[in-house]
Amino acid sequence: MAKLKIIVAEFADPAALIQAAEQIRGAGYRDFDCHSPFPIHGMDAAMGIKRSKLGYIAAAFALTGFSGAVLLQWWASAKAFPLVISGKPFFSYQAFLPVTFALTVLLAAIASVIGMLVMNKLPRWHHPLFESALFRKAGDNGFLMTIESTDPQFDMERTRRFLESIGAIAIEEVTD
Amino acid sequence: MNARSENNEMSVYVEEPLIAGDPSYQSVTESISGIVEGKPPRLWYIAISISGTLALMFLSLIALLIWEGIGIWGLQVPVGWGWDIVNFVFWVGIGHAGTLISAILFLLRQRWRTSINRFAEAMTIMAVIVAGIFPAIHVGRAWALYWVFPLPNQMGLWPNFRSPLLWDFFAVGTYFSCSFLFWFVGLIPDLATLRDRAASKIKKIIFGIFALGWRGGNRQWRHYELAYLLLAGISTPLVLSVHSVVSTDFAVSILPGWHTTIFPPYFVAGAIFSGFAMVLTLAIIARKIYRLENFITIDHLEKMNKIMLVTGMIVGYAYSCEFFIAWYGGNKYEGFAFLNRAFGPYAWAYWIMIFCNVVVPQVFWVKKWRRNVAVMFAASILINIGMWFERFVIVVSSLANDYLPSSWGYFKPTIYDVGFLVGSFGLFFTLFLLFLRFLPMIAMSEVKGVLPQADPHHGAKH
Repeated sequence: MAKLKIIVAEFADPAALIQAAEQIRGAGYRDFDCHSPFPIHGMDAAMGIKRSKLGYIAAAFALTGFSGAVLLQWWASAKAFPLVISGKPFFSYQAFLPVTFALTVLLAAIASVIGMLVMNKLPRWHHPLFESALFRKAGDNGFLMTIESTDPQFDMERTRRFLESIGAIAIEEVTD
Repeated sequence: MNARSENNEMSVYVEEPLIAGDPSYQSVTESISGIVEGKPPRLWYIAISISGTLALMFLSLIALLIWEGIGIWGLQVPVGWGWDIVNFVFWVGIGHAGTLISAILFLLRQRWRTSINRFAEAMTIMAVIVAGIFPAIHVGRAWALYWVFPLPNQMGLWPNFRSPLLWDFFAVGTYFSCSFLFWFVGLIPDLATLRDRAASKIKKIIFGIFALGWRGGNRQWRHYELAYLLLAGISTPLVLSVHSVVSTDFAVSILPGWHTTIFPPYFVAGAIFSGFAMVLTLAIIARKIYRLENFITIDHLEKMNKIMLVTGMIVGYAYSCEFFIAWYGGNKYEGFAFLNRAFGPYAWAYWIMIFCNVVVPQVFWVKKWRRNVAVMFAASILINIGMWFERFVIVVSSLANDYLPSSWGYFKPTIYDVGFLVGSFGLFFTLFLLFLRFLPMIAMSEVKGVLPQADPHHGAKH
């Protein structure tokens, strides 16, 4: 298998990066990404990526937390260890609300975070981009575009020239 | 700002910039990361040596308590809940401001929160850690604490899910977990920045591990932003629910002065009030030590003072409403409980509480005082004291004088009670100072996102 190559190109500011994303997408590129120190408003539309599906995962786990909590409290209070307390029914759902709420919220929160990491393929402690000097600006003040060699349109020379023509101010090539 | 006022002829009101000094992205990175990468100021060493000593004292006292039993505290019949529970409620309450800032202000798009949310969230986590210690050691046999977990065991026992004390365990446990996740997710991009800047191999590895390989690509940001929004949405009800559940520890009992329906909203308002006072105390100290006046501007402090004024008024209203209901309800035990609070043996504590929580925040009606750092620092300390006394009045005065005069008593704290209170501050400040030293105390990526040049339409002609 050929080694993964990545072109890193820096643009001047968020507006330039959005414009570049629209153009590179218009040219038919697929395996590209736009790196910035903070999320840029309007970048999703420019790159043509859809809304994250993370909400469904969180909702599914919230539901699991809810039913798990009801089941747990029913099992503990009405089945495994039934005790009469202040003459209340064994399954007194009013008193079970706080714990049900807490577990619903807890599972939804954990699922949001783990779901986000899984969808982002994180943790991943090694990546060819970490070898790039230009890429170090991504967390500071750099607005960068990366194009990977897995893209069918990728051609080191042609892509590089195209990026220069759409306003890249610095370009670096990275090989895994 | 200039670009905006020139291009938008319709605007009559030009907002002050959220971050003063017109910084660039790079200067934000430099000034926040610099704190973590450079040597801490002298004052930091002095502060941590004091708080560290107190924290060590706290830990030794815990060991002594587990060895000797909770008899070393001033607990006696009828006052079986003393400073331990007061401290627990106090510290849990402190945490609420952090969650309000990180979750509710995020949903309401209050973009000024970016300067203070990171360390307010850290404060929440530290406060809940300290709070959690108190009920854990208060049970006496701390080694049997796992009985509150719903675990199958050889005794065939299950915890009583109809008990507020168990609700509390779940509520505070969830609160800690969600706050921690929120804080950590917020930290990931900043940890990646520190990783990329790291000068030594060890720092690179440590920051690299915790940054989880974050690369800041928009394909990552889109999931990240939704996760952050979801966490904000999930945490928002927690701001209201956690202290409500804590209040049911009292409200579900039948003790006069505890058994009232006003407790949940009253506790929540008090929690936010005390939490903002603590955020303010810490913010004023941190911005002074680390010269962050451009990030935490006087506008930020003023906004927090306004929130304290509002919540302080709610707390004051709750105090008077309790009195009204005690009279209007016609229950003579309830009526006595409240007269006893204000004029009985604990009147001194009651009037300290009224002064600190109702009278002191009134200074914030005056704009000049609201923007004066010395005034607000003094007010925030007094409010912290007042809110501790509020919990003392609620917990102790109700227990000391209930139905039967023959079983009345008067709570006297021992030297150990004082030690635990002081020690808990030591642990809190030690954890907080370690946070200031080793992690970025202001959310760099979020602050960059609210700079005027971060808007892709910045300077564009429409």
